[in-house]
Amino acid sequence: MSAGGIIPRKTFQDAAHETLSNAQMRRNLQHATTTIRDKRLRAVSELPDWEELRTQGAAVKDHALAHLGDYLLDLEAAVQRAGGQVHWARDAAEAREIIGSIAEGHGVREVIKVKSITTDEIELNGGLSERGIHAIETDLAELIVQLAEDRPSHILVPAIHRNRAEIRDLFRRKLGADLLTDEPKQLADAARLYLREKFLSTKVAVSGANFAIAESGTVCVVESEGNGRMCVTMPEVLISVMGIEKVLPTWQDVAVFLQLLPRSSTAERMNPYNSFWSGVREGDGPQEFHLVLLDNGRTDVLADEVGRQTLRCIRCSACLNVCPVYERAGGHAYGSVYPGPIGAILTPQLLHLEDKNANTLPWASSLCGACYDACPVKINIPEVLLYLRGKITEEKPLNAEAIAFRTAAWVMSEPHRFEGAIKLARTGQGPLVKQGAIHTLPGMLGGWTDTRDLPPLAAQSFREWWRKRPAPPTRETDGDAQLSEGELLGPQRTDDRGPV
Amino acid sequence: MQIDLFITCLNDAMFPRTGEATVKLLERLGHTVRFNAAQTCCGQMHFNSGYQEDALKLVRHFVETFRDAEAIVAPSGSCVGMVRDLYPRAAEWAGDEALLEEVNALTPRVFELSEFLVKELGVEDVGAYYPHRVTYHQTCHAMRILRVGDAPLRLLKNVRGLRLVELPDVDQCCGFGGTFSVKNAETSTAMLADKVQSVLSTRAEACTAGDNSCLMHIGGGLSRLQAGTRTVHLAEILASTEQEVFA
Repeated sequence: MSAGGIIPRKTFQDAAHETLSNAQMRRNLQHATTTIRDKRLRAVSELPDWEELRTQGAAVKDHALAHLGDYLLDLEAAVQRAGGQVHWARDAAEAREIIGSIAEGHGVREVIKVKSITTDEIELNGGLSERGIHAIETDLAELIVQLAEDRPSHILVPAIHRNRAEIRDLFRRKLGADLLTDEPKQLADAARLYLREKFLSTKVAVSGANFAIAESGTVCVVESEGNGRMCVTMPEVLISVMGIEKVLPTWQDVAVFLQLLPRSSTAERMNPYNSFWSGVREGDGPQEFHLVLLDNGRTDVLADEVGRQTLRCIRCSACLNVCPVYERAGGHAYGSVYPGPIGAILTPQLLHLEDKNANTLPWASSLCGACYDACPVKINIPEVLLYLRGKITEEKPLNAEAIAFRTAAWVMSEPHRFEGAIKLARTGQGPLVKQGAIHTLPGMLGGWTDTRDLPPLAAQSFREWWRKRPAPPTRETDGDAQLSEGELLGPQRTDDRGPV
Repeated sequence: MQIDLFITCLNDAMFPRTGEATVKLLERLGHTVRFNAAQTCCGQMHFNSGYQEDALKLVRHFVETFRDAEAIVAPSGSCVGMVRDLYPRAAEWAGDEALLEEVNALTPRVFELSEFLVKELGVEDVGAYYPHRVTYHQTCHAMRILRVGDAPLRLLKNVRGLRLVELPDVDQCCGFGGTFSVKNAETSTAMLADKVQSVLSTRAEACTAGDNSCLMHIGGGLSRLQAGTRTVHLAEILASTEQEVFA
C-alpha cells in the first residue's frame, strides 16, 4: 500500500543511507529534479510580477491563518447551505474513522481516490483496508507506487524514484498488461484501461483539497491527468478531506494561487484540470458530499509564532526540486509523506517535536537557502529549520555534543581563551597530520575524514601574524583626510586590545 | 576609510593567509585596516547547531567588540550572513529587545569582502595579477543571503593573467553546511562528489570562492582524490600582484 503517515521509522541519517547506496535511484532522482528545476525557472521567469505574487500569496495565507477559526466556521456553514456535510477530525485516527464509516455505510468494497497527500498523512488506505475496503489510487504515479507496494518519494511526483523500465515490469506483473515496450504512451494506455473500468463501477470517491473557499463552501482540486475530475464527478458519494490550513476566504484569493501553484509545481502556466465543487446538485455529480476538516497537530503549529509560516504551504514541491539534500537522499529518507525541506519542518511540528526520528529532520539541511528562494508563499524554511533545531536541542539532556558546544562558546567568548585553544589544538594535532593534511579524525569528527581530508591548523594564526607585522606605511585614506595620530601608530598600540 | 577587519575564527586558526591577503589588499587600495583582537567567532556554528543560548554569548561579544566600527569587513560570506541575517533572529528569539536594537544598528555596517569592494567602494579592478586558469564557486550564503550577485566575478574579470572558466551548476551547494558535513556525512559527501566533478570538468588549476569553509570542503574532496586542483580564497587572488605573487 502507498499510505505512509508522518511518523518516521528511522533517523534521517539511517534512512538516507538506503537511497545513497542505491545508484539507480540516485540517478532517477537527479535526472527528474534537474528537469523540473529547469522547467520551473522558465515558467516563473515569464511573469514579471512573480515576486509581488509571492508576497501576495504569503499575505493571503497569513491573513487566512490569523482568522482561521472564523473562516473554518464560514466554510462549514457554506458547505451545509450547499447540501454538504462537514466533519471535524482532531487527528488521523478520527479522520480514518469518519471516512471509513461513511464508506462502510454505503456497503462498498472499493473506493477510488484522487491523488491526495492528506489521505496519505492519515494512512487512509490502511484504515480502509482494515474494514475490508480497497482504496484504488487513480493518479498514475500514485497507482505505480501503490502497485509496487512502495511509499511515495515526492509530493508531486510520487514515483519520481522509478524509471520507465521498472514501471513496465510492474504493469506486466500487477495489471497483466501486455506491454511490448516502455514507451510512456503504452504505459499510460495500460493504466487507463484499468482505471476506466474503476471509474465506471465505483460508488464512493475520496479526495483531498488544494483549496477550500469559505465564502461559497467550494472545494478545489488541481491536477494534470483528469483522473481526479472523473473521481469527483462520476461516483454517487464524494468524501473530501483537507487540512484546516487549506481554507481561503474568497474566490479572489484563489486567483493568486492558481498562478503560483502550477508554475511552482509542474512548471505549467495553468493546470490542465481545475475542478471546483460546492455541495451537491440534484442529478449532477455526486449526490452526497462530505468534507472532513483535519487538525492532526496543525493548531499547535499555528500557535507558534515562528513555526506557523509552515502552514502557508500549498504543497507545490518546488522546495523539493531545488533541494540538494532531497536530490541525493530522496523522499523516503524523510520517513513521512511530507519529504524535502517542507517535510523537514512540517513533520516534526505536526508531531509536536516529540518524535525522536522526526526530530532529526531539521538537521537534514546544509542551509543553502534554495528552498526559501523557490517557495511561492515565501516560507523562510532555513529560518524555521534553525528555530526548530534550537527548540529540540533545548529539550535534550546534556550530552557530549552539548558539552563540547558549551565549552567552545566559553572558550570563544574570550579572545585569550580562544588563542590558547588554538595553540593547544596545534600541538595536539601533531600525530594526526600526515603529508600536510589530516586524513583521519577520531569520534564524531570521523564523519568528515571518511571521505575528505582536512588541512591542519596553521603554524601561525592570523592574530599572531598581526602582532608581529610591522606597522603599515603611512598613507592617505580616501580623499584628503589624514590618518589620526592613533591610527598612525599602527595596530600594536590602539587596536590590539587582546593579551599578548 | 577606516576598516575593521572581522577575520572569523576559521580563518584565524586555519587560513591566516586569507586574512593577511585581505589586509594587504585593503591597504593597497588606500584604506586603514584595524584588527580588534578582542574578536573571536560570530557564533554561527552554535546557532546553526541548535545551541542558541551559547550562540547568544558570542553574538553579544561580537556586538561589543565592533560597536564603534565604521565598516566591518570579513572575507567570509557565511559569517557575514550570520551577522546580517541571523543576529536579529537570535536577539528576537531570545526576547532581548536591547540586543535587537544594537544588532540592527550594527548590521548595515557589516560587509563581505567582494560586496564591500564593488558595492561600497565602487572598485572592480584592484590591480591584481594571477596568471592561472581559475573557476569560481558561488557560495550559498554569499549568493542567497547577502545577494553579492556578480561582485566576485567582476573583480576576477579584472585580474591580469587570470583565465576565468565557468563552473557548471554554480548555484549548487557544495554540501558543507557546518556540522551538516559531519552529522549527515553521507549526504554531504554525495553533494561534494558532484561539486568536485564540476570543478574537475573545468580543468581549472584553482577553484576560488569567498568562503574558506566551502573551500575547505571542496579542497578536502579534491585532496582525497589527489586531484591536483587547488582551492584558493578570492582575497588571496585579489592580493596578488605582478610585483608580489601572494597565492
